[in-house]
Amino acid sequence: MSSTDDQGAATGAPVSREALREVFADEVVTHALSRDVQLPYGAGKAVLITLDNGHDHNKPNTFGPAGLLSLDDAIEAARARSDISAVAVTGKPFIFAVGADLSGVPQVRDREQAYAVAKLGHDVFRKLGELDVPTFAFINGAAMGGGVEVALHCRYRTVSSGIPALSLPEAFLGLVPGWGGTYLLPRLIGVEKALKIVIDNPLAQNKTIKGPEVRELGIADAMFEPADFVEESLRWAARVVKGETTVERPEVDTGQAWDQAIDNARFMLEGKLHGAAPAPARALELVAASKDRTRDEGFAAEDEALADLMMSDELTAGLYAFDLNQKRAKRPAGAPDKSLARPITKVGVVGAGLMAGQLALLFARRLDVPVVMTDLDQDRLDKGVAYVHGEVDKLLGKGRITSDKANRLKAQVSGSLSMNAFSDADFVIEAVFEKMSVKQDVFAQVEAEVAPEAVLATNTSSLSITEMASKLKHPERVVGFHFFNPVAVLPLLEIVRGERTDDAALATAFATAKQLKKTAVLCKDAPAFVVNRLLTLFMGEVLGAVEEGTEPEVADRSVAPLGLPMSPLLLLQLVGPAVALHVSETLHEAFPDRFGVSEQLRRVVESGKTEIYGPDFQIDPEVREMFAGGGRPSSEEEIRQRALEAMAREIRIMLDEGVVAEPADIDLCLITGAGWPFHLGGITPYLDRSGVSEKVNGSLFHPNGPKAV
Amino acid sequence: MPRTARDVVFVDGVRTPFGKAGKGLYAETRADDLVVRVIRELLRRNPGLPPERVDEVAVAATTQTGDQGLTIGRSAALLAGLPRSVPGYAIDRMCAGAMTAVTTSGAGISFGAYDVAIAGGVEHMGRHPMGEGVDPNPRFLSEKLVDPSALVMGNTAENLHDRYPSITKERADAYALRSQEKVAKAYADGKLQPDLVEMLVRSAEQGYGLASADEPPRPETTLEGLAGLKTPFRAHGNVTPGNSAGLNDGATGAIIAAEDVAADLGLDARMRLVDFSFAGVDPEVMGEGPVPATERLLERQRMTMDDIGLVEINEAFAVQVLAFLEHFGVADDDARVNPWGGAIALGHPLASSGVRLMMQLARLFAERPDVRYGLTTMCVGMGMGGTVLWENTNWEGSAK
Repeated sequence: MSSTDDQGAATGAPVSREALREVFADEVVTHALSRDVQLPYGAGKAVLITLDNGHDHNKPNTFGPAGLLSLDDAIEAARARSDISAVAVTGKPFIFAVGADLSGVPQVRDREQAYAVAKLGHDVFRKLGELDVPTFAFINGAAMGGGVEVALHCRYRTVSSGIPALSLPEAFLGLVPGWGGTYLLPRLIGVEKALKIVIDNPLAQNKTIKGPEVRELGIADAMFEPADFVEESLRWAARVVKGETTVERPEVDTGQAWDQAIDNARFMLEGKLHGAAPAPARALELVAASKDRTRDEGFAAEDEALADLMMSDELTAGLYAFDLNQKRAKRPAGAPDKSLARPITKVGVVGAGLMAGQLALLFARRLDVPVVMTDLDQDRLDKGVAYVHGEVDKLLGKGRITSDKANRLKAQVSGSLSMNAFSDADFVIEAVFEKMSVKQDVFAQVEAEVAPEAVLATNTSSLSITEMASKLKHPERVVGFHFFNPVAVLPLLEIVRGERTDDAALATAFATAKQLKKTAVLCKDAPAFVVNRLLTLFMGEVLGAVEEGTEPEVADRSVAPLGLPMSPLLLLQLVGPAVALHVSETLHEAFPDRFGVSEQLRRVVESGKTEIYGPDFQIDPEVREMFAGGGRPSSEEEIRQRALEAMAREIRIMLDEGVVAEPADIDLCLITGAGWPFHLGGITPYLDRSGVSEKVNGSLFHPNGPKAV
Repeated sequence: MPRTARDVVFVDGVRTPFGKAGKGLYAETRADDLVVRVIRELLRRNPGLPPERVDEVAVAATTQTGDQGLTIGRSAALLAGLPRSVPGYAIDRMCAGAMTAVTTSGAGISFGAYDVAIAGGVEHMGRHPMGEGVDPNPRFLSEKLVDPSALVMGNTAENLHDRYPSITKERADAYALRSQEKVAKAYADGKLQPDLVEMLVRSAEQGYGLASADEPPRPETTLEGLAGLKTPFRAHGNVTPGNSAGLNDGATGAIIAAEDVAADLGLDARMRLVDFSFAGVDPEVMGEGPVPATERLLERQRMTMDDIGLVEINEAFAVQVLAFLEHFGVADDDARVNPWGGAIALGHPLASSGVRLMMQLARLFAERPDVRYGLTTMCVGMGMGGTVLWENTNWEGSAK
């Protein structure tokens, strides 16, 4: 393809390059800086292009229209020369490039603009694969999305063994890696490995890979250490230019294995998402078809997919959710000034059960202070401490911590039969039986030992913080500190302010949450706070339908089209029927007209059954028996609608009650505490776009579209 | 048990291309990164040397703060990826830093405390101008311990012209021109490039680039041009930017080993350390330092300058080289002296230069099996000189 053709193709499109620049008016432009370098071994002169947006690594390189055009200028300038033997692209210190400039995407107004952005990326990047001289990408740092695609368009790639992350996160957000990723990657490394990067990793909490795996998968042809990565890459490039090094890549199997891999992925995707999110499926279809497409066809199909998806509600929700995690999660709404926080030099944990052990381990690891657990029973105490020490050994075994660190952690976590051991603790958290009188007694005992300003935190999932504090001399020090199970996996921490809780205690709780690397959301002292209230409501509607006579399988399947991480009955099993029943009772007591208690669930709990599903993924026959009865079955559609309407109604009530500050906090809670998906934006963007909000509440949660700030 | 001194050999040397301080090649490149590149290249070029066999990393820098601080030998070793078991330290003898790194670690090897050492130096004079942060004791002046001119190297060079009235500005300029011409020829003949390791350089405005050749040389130099240059240190004086080394950035490094260990590991032994000497002179004429240092050395070895087949002398100033030559009765253009030119053309990143002299001498030895002995020598700020005597391991036993 000649230069003039390219220019024509780009400027002749309905949306001009200038117009695109205006859409992305706030673009932080990544400049493509060209410099001649003398290749070693007499391999001639190369143009080395550095991608650099002029900021340090905290603001990584991204590509908007102006950045793409800067790269285009650099490539065109190199193409015009006859005195060079290679072109190489690398990034600024620590960063290669992390993809498209997403901040401009919400400003894209129509499909024509979206298509023009997609096409511009291709028009520029593809030139790297179509120059007469060999082209190289030196992946020196983090590379994501469009950054990876720049590299894929080059004829050869090297990677630094030190890069922290490479990924194609598009499917995670609601896009496809459509600047060449779905076409080039499977043809480079084979479809199975490509699907891992294009689909599997994005759907696994947006997993990334490091330098050695980039090399192992064949994405890069050579790997060098970070200390002199670019110099050694240039040497390697020089040998390639001279023909002294031949790059051998395994041949890609485009036969039956290709189709088989695609079928497997399709099956996996359907099981996971039930068609709820269009992006991963679209990416899969592009990958599947890449083997029989020409470059032009492949890239054109990507342009269409990007244009469609950039206009999709799922992408809007995905970007909103992404921003929630990037921004709101780091600056919790309503947290008091952090200067009020008191330092924590020792932590007490009341209880030595499984939850207490998880908390002790987390506090010891993240706060690096002594943690003492107490229990009335020496055996339980020994077991609790032994659990923590065992977990430390596991971390050591996996190489996650050094043996010095393991020694330190073990020495830091101890047990005591007496609360005397809390006398110099600044923060004591209780994880005892969920009963108000028990917790009140425990706090009274703790208060007798600790200093007046020590913070008393409770991990209660549904009891009132205010009531729990009411009998203390210093009720202002009590905060709710509600973790989600498994503690090490789910980031959410609901921080609950009781009526008497003071700013210092609350600020200390938020500061502690930050040190624990948890996503803190401030909640009012309302029954079951946010996540449990909504999940209980949601599950309650499903159980209600079962109680009315819907087959449990049908009811459980009803919400599958939302693409939630697990079905309601599976969630019930994970939470534990007894806990679920307890929370539903609490909520029923508080809001009897909106929260029911399933008598069938009570029967399951009373039977002692804890598993809803058997090992064969079928509902346990005995449980199924207990779920029998009722004469008014509902359709899947009816149940789903009913559950969503209940959610919309309840969220509106919670916002009116001031349980959290904004709909964004509800969504942040559901994403980080229950793993609800990005394509729903948590839930409120979905309730808005599906018409449920309007129908139930007469208004949208986000009248101007979801905004995450 | 009686102790036997071991023979010490120079195995290999590597340096970054030298840059001009200020707005030159390395304006946005860290000094420690230069050292790291050199260390890694030494190990790459000598695969027979297991990294854990390096017993010491001695790195010199004159200004030991910032990116030249933090015990640069140790920090560079860690940054270079040497095993953590390998120790390192920092050395300072101003211009003779790298030379001292070699003599000190060489002495340690001879003594039996080390088998192998990496010795080198760095100076990023752009980031660390000469005299950065110094705080001279007021007694220097109040007790007239040294003349104030002793602290400004250009002034000491003017003072040296006073001490050697026969060395005129014209002689100095002619010497400087020859240095430029010799470097240009050596470059054209590919003599200097083998010791260079190309270095990544960054510029926020231009992006990354690659330093592949020395930046300071001015092959276009003419006598007329030199004659017209200003004499910044003294009105109507003799010392000009043209007949002195500039302000430069660069790093050097060498592998020094016990000769038997080098043989065991299959490493080159390109020249043998025979002896070394450091001597003090009046700080006001520090350029004279190589004279007593060399005198002392030759006397101890019962040798004369006639026994020396090659001299690599650092060219901080032309006058200082000419004073040395005049003292030993050697002609200004003697072919034994700096055959491939010197610091006036190549640059003089203070503490790194000593090892540049050595790597150049080692290359020359390889071409000259007829030569048995060579010197590397240099003057040092605060009034010192250092000289190292080397024996050519390629010597074929004839002539000198």
